[in-house]
Amino acid sequence: MNLRAIWAIYRFEMARTFRTLLQSIVSPVLSTALYFVVFGAAIGSRISEVEGVSYGAFIVPGLVMMSLLTQSLSNASIGIYFPRFIGTIYEILSAPVSPLEIVIGYVGAATTKAVVIGLIILATAFLFVPIHIQHPFWMASFLVLTAISFSLFGFIIGIWADGFERLQIVPLLVVTPLAFLGGTFYSIRMLPEVWQTITLFNPVVYLISGFRWSFFGTSDVSVGISLGATLAVLALCLTVIYRIFQTGYRLKT
Amino acid sequence: MLPVLTISKLSKTYGTGFQALKSVDLTINRGEVFALLGPNGAGKTTLIGIVCGIVRATSGTVTVDGHDNVRDYRRARAKIGLVPQELTVDGFITVWDAVSFSRGLFGKKPDPAYLERMLRSLTLWDRKDSKIITLSGGMKRRVLIAKALAHEPEILFLDEPTAGVDVELRREMWTVMEQLKQSGVTIILTTHYIDEAEEMADRVGVINKGEIVLVESKVALMTNLGRKELTLQLGQPLAAIPAALGAHRLQLSDSHTQLIYTYDSENGPAGITALFDDLAAAGIRFSDLSTSERSLEEIFVSVVHDGDTARKRQTA
Ligand SMILES: Nc1ncnc2c1ncn2[C@@H]1O[C@H](COP(=O)(O)OP(=O)(O)OP(=O)(O)O)[C@@H](O)[C@H]1O
Ligand SMILES: [Mg+2]
Repeated sequence: MNLRAIWAIYRFEMARTFRTLLQSIVSPVLSTALYFVVFGAAIGSRISEVEGVSYGAFIVPGLVMMSLLTQSLSNASIGIYFPRFIGTIYEILSAPVSPLEIVIGYVGAATTKAVVIGLIILATAFLFVPIHIQHPFWMASFLVLTAISFSLFGFIIGIWADGFERLQIVPLLVVTPLAFLGGTFYSIRMLPEVWQTITLFNPVVYLISGFRWSFFGTSDVSVGISLGATLAVLALCLTVIYRIFQTGYRLKT
Repeated sequence: MLPVLTISKLSKTYGTGFQALKSVDLTINRGEVFALLGPNGAGKTTLIGIVCGIVRATSGTVTVDGHDNVRDYRRARAKIGLVPQELTVDGFITVWDAVSFSRGLFGKKPDPAYLERMLRSLTLWDRKDSKIITLSGGMKRRVLIAKALAHEPEILFLDEPTAGVDVELRREMWTVMEQLKQSGVTIILTTHYIDEAEEMADRVGVINKGEIVLVESKVALMTNLGRKELTLQLGQPLAAIPAALGAHRLQLSDSHTQLIYTYDSENGPAGITALFDDLAAAGIRFSDLSTSERSLEEIFVSVVHDGDTARKRQTA
């Protein structure tokens, strides 16, 4: 293991975050605060309780999860796309580093950043609503596992993208809708039965459900299935990345 | 001398179906400066890319100091530093951070003293805390060299290191390369400038259309490349070159109106003086004169398309 290389990439990526501190941290926090005001306070005041939890508290895990998904995705995808775009990737490719080390460096940094933002948003939420986390260990586990999975997914997008447009397309057209429809703002039991079934094809449902269970002890789908789905996403992304490096896809000509 | 780099039967066909390298064999000796010359699109960057691990070879092998560059890529790559042809550098970080990153990437433990010495030798030390974006083009190129040297490589690839660099800076870079050579680094550089090859190289290789067409020591090549032509526009056409001028390397143009004299840097001044004396004695007048130097590009063309002529010139 070339640990120094992993550390170099990790530090480089974290430094990039600090250079763009404002857009990195302030903007997700601000937009989440807005969700709280609009959904939690304004609309939530008309919804009494969802599954025994006040609506304001109910949406907290969903909001954290939604930021976590978009942040992991965009950080990791830009992290690897940017050096490809400006050409500095030559240095990574010519260095004595293995694909695994490259992935650990980039994905590790993206994960760290997403988790930190997730925790900041969680802390912000405490300012608005009282929340008690029932299973802190599982909360942390879901947080980290999801961040890793979607950072891996972002890494794949960053390699697949051949322009900034493509870089935006997946987060915008796929992940945001799936997060919205995945139960960020409602319990899927509130949907008509047909839609409940359709919704089960949305992987984000499992992520949010499991995460919400760690807060309140209740969930749309069983925790075991949620955990399984999270690990499945993780395994799928790892496989794809393994194939990418094996074939040199878009990294080497 | 021991080879430090052995390239054998290396071929590359790009995804477009274009064959950029055709079974290239090349051996680089330890400690030498090797200049790889060739027209645009000849395959120089492709060749370097394969050795450094950026481009995948279609077939063939590369051995770096005994290590296969695919199977044993860690040890092979650790020995190599690469300065790319394009100015590709992240402008938002400082020079110091950039070189520290490069060193870390190659798995070397931090050594601020070495990095300082290296930055000083490249006259970048004063700018170590500057963001790279604020540097001039020539400085950026030196930052790329600094990054390539950050892990103390034994072999350095410089892909057109002096393209778009002013005369003074070129001389500076030659000095830097000379110092590196003195410290035992093997240098492989590509260039379009003949004087650069002349100044720096121990051996010269010419590549054209993906094939190595010539590898020779500089000394041998330069006597050939350094040849110049003096064209004399005659006042009156000549039927043939008079016997009195037989001692000079003269050719009569097809139109019989020009005399073409070939000379090189050695016999230049004395030869020209003697020629002019003999011309005057023979009563041959000329209305105009011009000199021309064969450019590298012309040499490539003659080496490749006109192999016979090239061989004749070599033996002449
Ligand atoms: N990624 C690629 N896909 C397809 N063809 C390529 C690719 N990269 C290079 N080529 C082709 O391969 C040939 C060799 O290119 P290369 O960059 O190695 O030339 P070069 O000798 O470095 O030229 P120059 O002096 O202009 O830098 C060219 O014809 C080029 O168009
Ligand atoms: Mg080139």
